[in-house]
Amino acid sequence: MPEADLARPDVLRPTVDASQFGVVQRPLSMGERIYNIGAVRKLTILVLLAAAWEIYARWLHNDLLFPTFSATLQAFAQAMISGGLLGKAWTSIKVLLIGYAAGIALAAVLTTVAISSRVGTDFLETLTSMFNPLPAIALLPLALIWFGLGNGSLVFVLIHSVLWAVALNTHSGFLSVSNTLRMVGRNYGLHGLSYVGRILIPAAFPSILTGLKIGWAFAWRTLIAAELVFGVSSGSGGLGWFIYENKNQLEIANVFAGLFTVIMIGLLVENVIFRTIEQRTVRRWGMQN
Amino acid sequence: MAETTAPLLDVRGVTIQYKTTEHRITATYRVDFQVFRSDRFILLGPSGCGKSTLLKAVGGYLNPVEGEIRLKGVPVTRPGPDRMMVFQEFDQLLPWKTVKENVVFALVSSGKLPDKAAEEKALEYINKVNLTKFADSYPHTLSGGMKQRVAIARGMAMEPDVLLMDEPFAALDALTRRKMQDELLQLWDDTHFTVLFVTHSIPEAITIGSRILLMSPHPGQVKAELNSLPRSAMHGDAARELERKIHAMLFAEPVESEDEFHA
Repeated sequence: MPEADLARPDVLRPTVDASQFGVVQRPLSMGERIYNIGAVRKLTILVLLAAAWEIYARWLHNDLLFPTFSATLQAFAQAMISGGLLGKAWTSIKVLLIGYAAGIALAAVLTTVAISSRVGTDFLETLTSMFNPLPAIALLPLALIWFGLGNGSLVFVLIHSVLWAVALNTHSGFLSVSNTLRMVGRNYGLHGLSYVGRILIPAAFPSILTGLKIGWAFAWRTLIAAELVFGVSSGSGGLGWFIYENKNQLEIANVFAGLFTVIMIGLLVENVIFRTIEQRTVRRWGMQN
Repeated sequence: MAETTAPLLDVRGVTIQYKTTEHRITATYRVDFQVFRSDRFILLGPSGCGKSTLLKAVGGYLNPVEGEIRLKGVPVTRPGPDRMMVFQEFDQLLPWKTVKENVVFALVSSGKLPDKAAEEKALEYINKVNLTKFADSYPHTLSGGMKQRVAIARGMAMEPDVLLMDEPFAALDALTRRKMQDELLQLWDDTHFTVLFVTHSIPEAITIGSRILLMSPHPGQVKAELNSLPRSAMHGDAARELERKIHAMLFAEPVESEDEFHA
């Protein structure tokens, strides 16, 4: 490139104090601020979905196939007040929580074994590839023989549906912890359980949280399906039984109310509980955007 | 501080090998050097000379196949808080802890200090690196240079026998790097800590070091151990002369030169 021989003087310019600028910081407009609230955005989506449901059901005009949203809400309210829906939901949730907690505890033991030795890793990988594809419902007949017609069987299939998803995600989370962080932890003289608890678990928390969410969803599916198959135990069935019973009596609005309850609980757990955990942890730490 | 007879860190005949799936590779071959109290000891050499590997061995992360490393006469076998490491990577801070918590956690979890005293010490060192304003910020909100300052504060707050620094400024831009080098020297004036510093930059070695170990690559061997210049002579002809001398020694056999001249 030919050198351009331009004589240019040095330029010195004073900088201006920030008070001279028009805008250094400006509050967002009302619309922008409302749009920034996640709850508002999601509620809008829900309202739109409900409206679509209502319009379609009215147009179809067949209460046996597809009751309207308002009819479902009505049935829901009725069942809540007098039909014992609340009690049935509680029965389901109780069993669900027991199974979920037991599954997570087992997953914690398995992954701790898995990261502390290579045989442990092989053990976990083999078990996961064997049992993860096995649908929990397929184990229900066996569970009924082993544990009888009661909560024991339900908890067994729940553990099966939670354990592998959580263990797999937690383990892959542990494996992806950066080498620098591992060395930092060891530099402090941490080892064994305190190393797992204070370095690996928080560092792998995004993956662990994903595992917990997937496990939760799997557990719900399994539970409702199992209750549908297996019906009532010790006098008070759960949500699945409520749905099954009402289908038999052709109370389709009530069937929808039962499904609606499942959906509501799912939304609540995802958007309130998991969301709060996420905001307090991985988002705050800048591990997730 | 006048104790000059026994070395603080004694590295004798250290050969380090590591295995890949196909080869056994010798990273360093029979390396000897001694670090004394309050040394600013530099390991200098091109990439592949095993200087980082050597530092990891001093840190206790690797065990030599031959020779031994002694810290205050005790053989080094595993990582420990008496040899705090400052890494090159910005992700060495625990992202789930604030700046202050990061320093406190190091002090508490290594059993060095109880909670209350740890907090005081942490704030003292955070202040030394001028980050008091950011004590409650999470690492992901800081710039690269600030993160490295926190890592240095954390390392120094532990008051280790020797501070190990693995190219801590290599990932910074040239302007920030200059500033960090000056700050490190100011901190040294304050507390006269002992530091073992790995770098591949000759100017950085001359600026920071009081003693420089030159290493040649494939496998890493000691080529020379030199005194650096007094700080007053840092910008004169003597510095340029020393730089030329080191350069000539390192590149006696011409190899592809890297971006050495940034500082």
